[in-house]
Amino acid sequence: MTAAQYGRCMGGIVGRETLRWVHQRGRFISALVRPLVWLAIFAAGFRFVLGVSIIPPYDTYIPYEVYIAPGLVAMIQLFNGMQSSLSMVYDREMGSMKTLMVSPFPRWFLLLSKLLAGVAVSVVQAYIFLAIAWFWEIEPPPLGYLTVLPALVLSGLMLGALGLVLSSFVRQLENFAGVMNFVIFPMFFASSALYPLWRVKESSPVLWWVCQLNPFTSATELIRFALYTQAQPVALLVVTGCTLLFMALAVIGYDPGRGFMARRGGGD
Amino acid sequence: MPATEMAALAVTGLSHRFGQRTVLDDVAFSVQPGSFTVLLGPNGAGKTTLFALVTRLYYAAAGRIAVFGRDFREQPQAALARMGVVFQQPTLDLDLTVEQNLRYHAALHGIAATIAAPRIEAELERVGLLDRRRERVRQLSGGQRRRVELARALVHEPSLLLLDEPTAGLDFESRRFLLGHVRRLCAERGLAVLWATHLIEEAADDADLVVLRAGKVVGQGRVSDVVAGAGAAGLQDAFETLLRAA
Repeated sequence: MTAAQYGRCMGGIVGRETLRWVHQRGRFISALVRPLVWLAIFAAGFRFVLGVSIIPPYDTYIPYEVYIAPGLVAMIQLFNGMQSSLSMVYDREMGSMKTLMVSPFPRWFLLLSKLLAGVAVSVVQAYIFLAIAWFWEIEPPPLGYLTVLPALVLSGLMLGALGLVLSSFVRQLENFAGVMNFVIFPMFFASSALYPLWRVKESSPVLWWVCQLNPFTSATELIRFALYTQAQPVALLVVTGCTLLFMALAVIGYDPGRGFMARRGGGD
Repeated sequence: MPATEMAALAVTGLSHRFGQRTVLDDVAFSVQPGSFTVLLGPNGAGKTTLFALVTRLYYAAAGRIAVFGRDFREQPQAALARMGVVFQQPTLDLDLTVEQNLRYHAALHGIAATIAAPRIEAELERVGLLDRRRERVRQLSGGQRRRVELARALVHEPSLLLLDEPTAGLDFESRRFLLGHVRRLCAERGLAVLWATHLIEEAADDADLVVLRAGKVVGQGRVSDVVAGAGAAGLQDAFETLLRAA
């Protein structure tokens, strides 16, 4: 297989995911409306309850909306990662996963392509959200819109890879609601997306530790700092490490000898 | 049909278990280039598991599978590249058009769009669905979807075609069309075909036959030879004799 053939294969997978995304308008709209609801209602309500002191990367007092905007960008990516995972389980149930699995390209490459397709979709959604958020006076420096791109790609990869791992364990579509409840919500709430962690530490040191260890906190901080043209080395390391770990687990999960396929009982 | 290196598909000593249950037990057979080989067995004989193993959806822990001499363990990519598959379960993306489904398949084989386009057109023409190419698959009937799957399996010009109960749930006309089309492909292109079914009438006298029962091969050879070997009057009798004898 040549590099051009690899490129065509990846292009085909990304193209298919994009077509599916375009066809599923409800999914697109809900992905966009969800963070906007948080921004318009939740943040407006809480801006008078939660005071945010001057913490990096901000160099002045900021309204609460400005604080949670990067967290909501990360939320878009979290939901997208899980949505890709759901679509893997759906593809498996519907049979179209088999089409992918009998492709002559290495399985890790097929999974990576699936992952990148999901990331591409989530990055576009994140930028649409940031464009709308500008009207809420969430105005990071213009350069920040560029420097946030690698952070979006990396955090999208991590959350997408986590979704792939989960999809290799979830056998049926019906079980997916459990994943939402046990993964998405705890990850989102036990993080720095909605409140600065020094506030959490004041109320519960245990929860503070949980938040610190949560890779979603690192993804949020990576995006937050990048949006204000700064680097967060610890977050970068954690997100990179977790991406590699989750990707390796996904490849094992989809290995015909070790993963879910080996565990499944056959039809006849 | 001894398993040889030159066979389109050579399966030797293949066994598979799900937990304590043995689904396939020391299965050995081969499919020669240009041969229409019918894998005949009742429901639960292990046909679908065998398909999952020869398409690498499952990992073959015991035994060997080779496609044109390419071993699945050593060269899985090279083996998969020469293989076209129609699964028992429908695998088309219902929300994409017929053409988009076929283009996606071509991309999964690394084929350039300029090369894929005329092939897609030709294959859809052959199955009589060229004029429906811009419709979403959801709008097609069951028989038409099967034809699209067959066209799709041929876009990358495989030398070995595997079909797992492709006529299940189809009406008489669709079954006749599908069977006739695949038999023509064998004759005209020298395509090797493994056609799994539980319907005896799909095995013509000049076809090769592998009879599977409870995960074991209980008979194989040219249909006429298997019938003669079983001392039966026809394939129906021979099939029943083989199932009883095992």
